[in-house]
Amino acid sequence: MAQELDYLKETVAQTAGPFVHIGLAPGAAGFDIYRQELGRDIAGPHAGGERIRIEGHVFDGTDTPVKDVLIEAWQANAAGIYAHPEHAGEVEEGFRGWGRIIPDFDSGVFGFDTLKPGAVAGRSGTVMAPHINLWLVARGINIGLNTRLYFSDEDAANRTDPVLALIEQPARRDTLIARRELRGDAVVYHFDIRLQGDGETVFFDI
Amino acid sequence: MPKPGEFYQRDRSIQPPALAPAYKTSVTRSPNYPLLSLENTASEITGPVFGQGDIDAIDNDLIKNYAHTGDPIGERIIVHGRVLDENRNPVKGALIEIWQANAGGRYRHKKDSYLAPVDPNFGGCGRTLSDENGYYFFRTVKPGAYPWRNQVNSWRPAHIHVSVFGSAFAQRLVTQLYFEGDPLIAKCPIVNAVPDADAIAQLIARLDLNASIPLDSIAYKFDIVLRGRRSTLFENRLEGN
Ligand SMILES: [Fe+3]
Repeated sequence: MAQELDYLKETVAQTAGPFVHIGLAPGAAGFDIYRQELGRDIAGPHAGGERIRIEGHVFDGTDTPVKDVLIEAWQANAAGIYAHPEHAGEVEEGFRGWGRIIPDFDSGVFGFDTLKPGAVAGRSGTVMAPHINLWLVARGINIGLNTRLYFSDEDAANRTDPVLALIEQPARRDTLIARRELRGDAVVYHFDIRLQGDGETVFFDI
Repeated sequence: MPKPGEFYQRDRSIQPPALAPAYKTSVTRSPNYPLLSLENTASEITGPVFGQGDIDAIDNDLIKNYAHTGDPIGERIIVHGRVLDENRNPVKGALIEIWQANAGGRYRHKKDSYLAPVDPNFGGCGRTLSDENGYYFFRTVKPGAYPWRNQVNSWRPAHIHVSVFGSAFAQRLVTQLYFEGDPLIAKCPIVNAVPDADAIAQLIARLDLNASIPLDSIAYKFDIVLRGRRSTLFENRLEGN
């Protein structure tokens, strides 16, 4: 026998179930309880940068939209700064860079408005291409899934991104690239997430 | 004092795997490819910061936060404990959000069709921030067990869903709290997706008579452990944070 290490073990995850909205977005569950729901506005009114919209579906292994999913987004501002005390630099007032996204219960389409993040300093002097960090929970997902959304009009930056570079197969790398479209004057990026099967999205152990 | 560094790698050997066939919904919602392991960057060691301005004092009292004509029906309980990290340090200012069925096992959700009635005085959600010592508490009613379509006679043990934000996106946690002594726990395929007995025990809140309020509410203690961080004893290679 040797000495004990007295670390604790992380509390393990359990599925968020189909009624996650009650706790994290009660308005979507069909009732009003809090003075303000958290995560409704990712960028706030004052932040600079290009205003964009992201739209897509989350599909299961049978290509069926997952309608009970909840997605959280976490991103830097246009200057590549996260609204967090450990990240050097200031963000604009009201910029939190975090939001909660709930698809339409009938169609499964999700959409959210934000601003395009800037490149973020990576490890060891590298630069990460602009990206939004996403985390998904739903019924049938035992532990939240982490992925990243990159932008199709950032080809040069994406080619030198140290995280995308970890993905060996080019086709799998493409699962993380949102496709830029113009809808009138509005910039809309299309981004589908596939939980399983053909075109399965790359998920990370972060 | 050394600066906090990277997070300890998540111990996936105690976490439920994505695919747990006895929990049928996981079969089409589980990735086939292995997760790609990422070393921490600024994107993972940062996360949204919450403060008292985000929530109200009544938000952690589920007996009062949706009461219209009186208190909700059910066994009055207190759920309390600490948010700690793997190094046993308290996590201050963690946002804890909970949701649950009412005492009859019915959720206030437009997609829940269980025949048990909705309680007009019970919303079923609450939220709070941990204090300087990582301590938090909620007051609520004990949720009822409810049926679900896994097998034809499947019942979830009484549970409260728990969502926690520590200081980093890498610590994000959603789990469920169960109650000591419930015979349905051992039969639940969602619980049993967890491959480690100690990890399951850590999801079961313990009856805590010392924290109960005599003639009023019975208490259960539930500590939550988030991922811990290395101390940077030697200069590490994490930059840009
Ligand atoms: Fe539940």
